[in-house]
Amino acid sequence: MSRERVKDLLLGTWRGRFGITVLGLAIFVAIFGPLLAPYDAYASSTDVLQPPSWSHPLGTTESGSDVLSQLLVGARVSIVVGFAAALISAVLGSLVGLAGGYYGGWTDRGLDALENWFLVIPTLPLMIVLARVLEPSLTVLIAVIGLTSWAGTGRIVRAQVLTLRERAFVERARALGAKDGYIIRTHILPNTLPLIFANTVLIVAVAILSEAALAFLGLGDPTRISWGTMLENAFSSSAPSAGAWWYVIPPGLCITMVVLAVSVLGYLFEEYVNPRLNEAEAV
Amino acid sequence: MSARWLAGKVGAAALTLLFVLIFNFFLFRAVGDPTTQLARLPGATDAEIAQLREDYGLDKPLFGQFVDYLGDTARLDLGVSQKSREEVWDEILHALPWTLLLVGTGTLLATLIGSWMGVVAATKRGTKTDDGLLGFSLFTYAAPEYWIGIILILVFAVWLPWFPAGQQVTPGVEFTSWFAEAWNVVDHLVLPATAMTLMLLGQYFLIMRSSMVDVMTEDFITVKRAIGLPRERVINRHAVPNALLPLVTISAIQFGAVAGGAITIETIFSWPGLGELSYNAIADKDYPMLQGTFLVFSFGVIFANLLADCLYFFLDPRVKSK
Repeated sequence: MSRERVKDLLLGTWRGRFGITVLGLAIFVAIFGPLLAPYDAYASSTDVLQPPSWSHPLGTTESGSDVLSQLLVGARVSIVVGFAAALISAVLGSLVGLAGGYYGGWTDRGLDALENWFLVIPTLPLMIVLARVLEPSLTVLIAVIGLTSWAGTGRIVRAQVLTLRERAFVERARALGAKDGYIIRTHILPNTLPLIFANTVLIVAVAILSEAALAFLGLGDPTRISWGTMLENAFSSSAPSAGAWWYVIPPGLCITMVVLAVSVLGYLFEEYVNPRLNEAEAV
Repeated sequence: MSARWLAGKVGAAALTLLFVLIFNFFLFRAVGDPTTQLARLPGATDAEIAQLREDYGLDKPLFGQFVDYLGDTARLDLGVSQKSREEVWDEILHALPWTLLLVGTGTLLATLIGSWMGVVAATKRGTKTDDGLLGFSLFTYAAPEYWIGIILILVFAVWLPWFPAGQQVTPGVEFTSWFAEAWNVVDHLVLPATAMTLMLLGQYFLIMRSSMVDVMTEDFITVKRAIGLPRERVINRHAVPNALLPLVTISAIQFGAVAGGAITIETIFSWPGLGELSYNAIADKDYPMLQGTFLVFSFGVIFANLLADCLYFFLDPRVKSK
């Protein structure tokens, strides 16, 4: 990707500007959130479920903690899990896709069956079962989400490798006696990387949603606040029926905005990588 | 030819199901000797545990246990819930109709409304209407469905007390007729089904929109317009039917998401389906129940995928000729 073109892509359209701004803000809060928080997010007080006021701009939780502080601190888990899980998924998907697409034959059939299985099996129930058995922690969340979301990437990489394998420059390299490892490293992988990158950005969105869902169902890291655990606490303390909008709306809105930003960026990259999409799926 | 194609699809589905069974068996075996969980049963004596070990066949070798497990599953013997001590299959059987009602209503409404919105957006491409619909569906697509559910409760059950926020019928009410009872269920279904619809809507909208945009640029549409048929008629009679096919494919991809949504949405609305069973099993560490619901969810999704494949086969002549 040329620098100019990427800059155009990110800053030239409102979608790009929106994505970059929101994601940038989220990453900033994920890093500096705990420093910005006006209160100790974990500290409880007797001011239970108070509506927004000057001292608590977003009100308080069922245990009297400051909602704004929890929101600022909770960004870290969402962002870290989102990116780390997407990275695992990208590596796994690329390896499986490269191996299957390049070597073909029984390797391909075996890996294809594995991919199919992961594509068909309902992801959230699968993640729930894994997370429950392994006891929830940050590492387990990352591993479970990463291990269950790579199949789509595998499919896309495989399809790309299949077309690359037959291209003249690859055949030329092979005719000149280049080894498989060399061909994959110098010809196949560099031509697949942009696609892997675009796809991984989309997986980040899926991973952030998955972390939130697992946390909401009580399978989050019990020692850390995340936007998902905030929703879990709000729900299990009946904050919705108490009308505590200041407690239930912000965490979900943060998740939605970050997911929206990441998806928009992912689609932009995908359109850039695969210009044929430009016409039909200009979202 | 078509019989062979069908047999291949059924075979693939059966293989996927076998993988689920293997996975399910070994994952829960990997938690350790299940007697450590049995020992958590309140008031279980050593003798009882030994008896349970024998009942479960845990003194046999692993492969023998797996064969037993396959046999039990085929006879729908999914074990006993560690929480309620009821048969897992009985509880699932009671929950299943409620989940099917919620999921069926949500999917139906999402398909109808989503594809209608897609047609409108595609025919008014580039206008404010298109932008608005696009923004709305992207938002619902990105928003966690249980959060949308919570907001629905906040707005339509707390602020405006129009609909009940939980359960499937009003508890403790004697209904005078089946119609009154059904109406009460519908009343309770409104909010969870709306949450399910909003969750699925975006995908159907996006697919229908892009499919319509594709079809509208094809030659036969230009020809129909050129011979003087009115635009409305060309869209409704010729473009829409040809744009519907990708919906079938997308509904197959959606089934996994539907299962996930059933879990979170039923949790929010205390809807007594499979999702709520799973949620309670998570909290109680009720492994037989968790294993059972996972199996049923997987089976449901695999089966629904197979159905979508068959539907696709009958709808698309191009697949048949291959």
